[in-house]
Amino acid sequence: MARVAFLQGNEAVLEGAIAAGARFYAGYPITPSSEIAELASRRLPALGGVFIQMEDEIASMAALVGASLAGAKAFTATSGPGFSLMQENIGLAVMVEAPCVVVDVMRSGPSTGLATKPAQADIMQARWGTHGDHPALALAPASVEECFYLTVAAFNLAERLRMPVVLLSDEVLGHMRERVGLPGPGELEVWERPRPSGDARAYRPYLPGPDGVPPLAAFGGPYVFHATSSMHDERGVSANDAKTAAETIRRLVTKVERNAHLLPEPEVITSGGPAGGPRVLFVAIGSSARTALQVMLDHPEAALGLFRPRTVWPFPETRLDRLVDEYDAVVVVEMNTGQLVCEVERVVGRRLPVVGALRSDGEMITPDEVWETVSGLMGALKAAAAGQGGGSGRW
Amino acid sequence: MVSYLDYLDESALPLMWCPGCGDGTILKALLGAFACLGLRREEIVVVTGIGCWGKADDYIRTNAIHGTHGRALAVATGVKAFRPELTVVALMGDGDCATIGGNHFIHAARRNIGVTAVVANNLNYGMTGGQYSGTTPPGSRTSTSPYGHAEDAFDLCALAAAAGASFVARTTVYHYKQMERLIVGALQEPGFSLVEVISPCPTYYGRFNHQGRAREMWRSLRERARPVAPGPGPEDTSRPGRTGQVEADGGPSGGRPILTGVLARNRRPSFSERYAEVVRAAQAGATEGGELDAR
Repeated sequence: MARVAFLQGNEAVLEGAIAAGARFYAGYPITPSSEIAELASRRLPALGGVFIQMEDEIASMAALVGASLAGAKAFTATSGPGFSLMQENIGLAVMVEAPCVVVDVMRSGPSTGLATKPAQADIMQARWGTHGDHPALALAPASVEECFYLTVAAFNLAERLRMPVVLLSDEVLGHMRERVGLPGPGELEVWERPRPSGDARAYRPYLPGPDGVPPLAAFGGPYVFHATSSMHDERGVSANDAKTAAETIRRLVTKVERNAHLLPEPEVITSGGPAGGPRVLFVAIGSSARTALQVMLDHPEAALGLFRPRTVWPFPETRLDRLVDEYDAVVVVEMNTGQLVCEVERVVGRRLPVVGALRSDGEMITPDEVWETVSGLMGALKAAAAGQGGGSGRW
Repeated sequence: MVSYLDYLDESALPLMWCPGCGDGTILKALLGAFACLGLRREEIVVVTGIGCWGKADDYIRTNAIHGTHGRALAVATGVKAFRPELTVVALMGDGDCATIGGNHFIHAARRNIGVTAVVANNLNYGMTGGQYSGTTPPGSRTSTSPYGHAEDAFDLCALAAAAGASFVARTTVYHYKQMERLIVGALQEPGFSLVEVISPCPTYYGRFNHQGRAREMWRSLRERARPVAPGPGPEDTSRPGRTGQVEADGGPSGGRPILTGVLARNRRPSFSERYAEVVRAAQAGATEGGELDAR
């Protein structure tokens, strides 16, 4: 760490993007993400980059794809309503394998909803927002410092895997100010997209390397290439046959899993509690994870743990599956009516109770509310154990 | 000597378009214009949307992005804004350009981004079976206006001129030489340029509206074309009314004129020229070491 700054979450995202090499921003203003656009308009031209405010978020996402294939590290920032409009061309970026980063500073919906208030209700949209079978890669910071470093990671992964990467921030994080340790020169690992080499006439823009990712040229260089939203073969020429379609879709949807070792790891924190009592694991992302952590600090008497995915999609299911061996129940803390709950239930729901501590009214979920859920659950677990005549002998 | 064949992917032939369609003719004029200017394949990016004419990139051996419906100009804007030295062309039909992508069209013209839009206007959605579009004339029969169309049509040239496009031209597929010449002019324009090409759709629009077969439709284009006086000078700022209404259909009664040629010029700095000034200003003022230190 070379220096310390006191930054807003949205500022940290912008600084992370620039540190990662971003030189193209296309976006449309929307609360609570607009600071990212404003800062991009000030910083990028000085770096020889381009900021352009497009006519809507559909166009913004389309422009990212164009700039990306022209060689730019490209990004945009938005919130729910704009994220909805971007879904069409997020699919385009997936299909033509154009690296880019989409920052979604989540706010309360549906529709215009509570425009200035926080939520985490775009978790499933980040996974399934665009139509058709597709891969998804979404990262979720939980501090301002992480807004910086996970933005860098988002660019690194977008470039390395040739796909759109979503950074799921939220209104609380975006507008919060915190201490950030910034890297010194040369301290930050910055990845570039795989580039073609050799005979330009033999270039196949969709011929995958050993990691499933095809090298990407940039328009204007010696490699002339076609990119198409239609199903295509490795030459980038549209193809309608079932075999090509099956191969292309399989490669696209497994591209992330094949490179899972590159993804940011979940954070796991445990706190004390007496031996023999019921043990509860929190699963939470972003600002809700801070609430869960506060519960752990407020109740050192309880046996609690926190599983905080930094990579939300693909969901780190193997890690969670292993971790729950040590717990009796899971409480998913989130600012929505239960999106991550569904995913956690899918992974471990057959093995132990999964309960949501949820809030969806535009207010940040508080430690006291979450503790209410936890203490109720612990009581029920104890009663259930007692009802079994202590047969399990666990409590 | 460079020829249009240098840009044509002959392995993709035959063309997928219906007999009598004008798209193949526009394709040749576009590639012919590339050849006239001696452009290198590496420096051209063709961006297409969705529709019959949106398939044109299949036959072109330049860089290309076949994108989403209506978004060709937005994708092209991203390419051109980041790499102003490239020649960027957006190929759209009336569905792409005038209808689903109408917002991108007027903003590309207002922004004066240096992209050349070559719009094949055949007055309906051919690819999906002949439904009405934003340029379908009132009263027309289409797959979705079986009793006659209840809406008026956009005049694309008037729209582009009103929105500030640098170069606005119209021609028809019958007028091959003029078409190639207009595309050459458009490609040389630093700002936003439009070449609207009126093209017949004998399969749907012509059949539904009793305009005869392909031959009759092409002949009608020849008869109705009215070349405007050789273009106004580069200093002229056009008014929307200057471009005249298209009335390209002939309608059930037929015979209405189509104004062709350069209909509007509004020579002003392109987006890239203006943005270069932004970059200069930012770099001149960036001596304090950036935002972080300033705070």
